[in-house]
Amino acid sequence: MADLASLRASAFDSQPPDSTALRIHALGPSLRLVLRAKAPATVAAGAAFGPALPEQACRAAENGMRAALWLGPDEWLLIASESESPALPAALERALAGKPHALVDVSHRDAGLEIAGPMAATALNAGCPLDLDPEAFPPGACARTLFAKCEITLWRRDAARFHVLFARSFAAYMSDYLDEVRRELAAAPEAG
Amino acid sequence: MLLIDCPFCGAHAEIEFRYAGEADLARPSAAAGDGAWIEFLYFRRNPMGLHAERWRHTHGCGRFFNALRDTVSDRFVATYKPGEAPPAAAAAADHDR
Ligand SMILES: [Zn+2]
Repeated sequence: MADLASLRASAFDSQPPDSTALRIHALGPSLRLVLRAKAPATVAAGAAFGPALPEQACRAAENGMRAALWLGPDEWLLIASESESPALPAALERALAGKPHALVDVSHRDAGLEIAGPMAATALNAGCPLDLDPEAFPPGACARTLFAKCEITLWRRDAARFHVLFARSFAAYMSDYLDEVRRELAAAPEAG
Repeated sequence: MLLIDCPFCGAHAEIEFRYAGEADLARPSAAAGDGAWIEFLYFRRNPMGLHAERWRHTHGCGRFFNALRDTVSDRFVATYKPGEAPPAAAAAADHDR
């Protein structure tokens, strides 16, 4: 019979084990804007923003600290350093003047986590149905999707580094769920 | 896992999507009369077999699109953008039933 006593974990264990294979930390604040627009407004916005808005579905374009993430065929998430507010939104509004668009500052709506390490994709797949194989979701890919019951925006920065954005009211849910994933992976580290 | 091929951003898991009713329902004019409005508001095909439906990629790109789905097998035969005709091969399969 299996030695269950040595495997037992209290339901109230609070600290999940630290692991170099899976490192999770909160992303600091940044300027985040959602742009809804079609050409020619998208071209003007790209010229003013730095990276042109990616046309390809589920791809991000970066230029220094600025990034434009494709969220839908007429929807982009623009990310920049917090210090660029309010100058950057104002510059975008000037570039978009007279062209139909919606530019909304959502900097304070979302919270973010960086999930990194060789087990990062495995940990994300504990709640996210996307195929995170590097062939299907390479570095630079991004998508709005689900992590368990939480809608997230997932952005793969490197092969083993992801950024996850979600409504800040889901922060406790996300960190509890990820703690559970960390315990699970610590108990069965070969699963990945 | 059932994958649905969003015409805007590719194959994604079913849980990212929401069903949004029968597709290609034309709204009658205000003067069309009660019969046409009752037909538009309340009557649906509910077929056993291929069904043209609206779906929304709610937890993805957010866009509505159309799908031909077999209501018996739950197989998605084709997906296409709003305003487009269903792919010819899928329409032919519909006719053969
Ligand atoms: Zn989509």
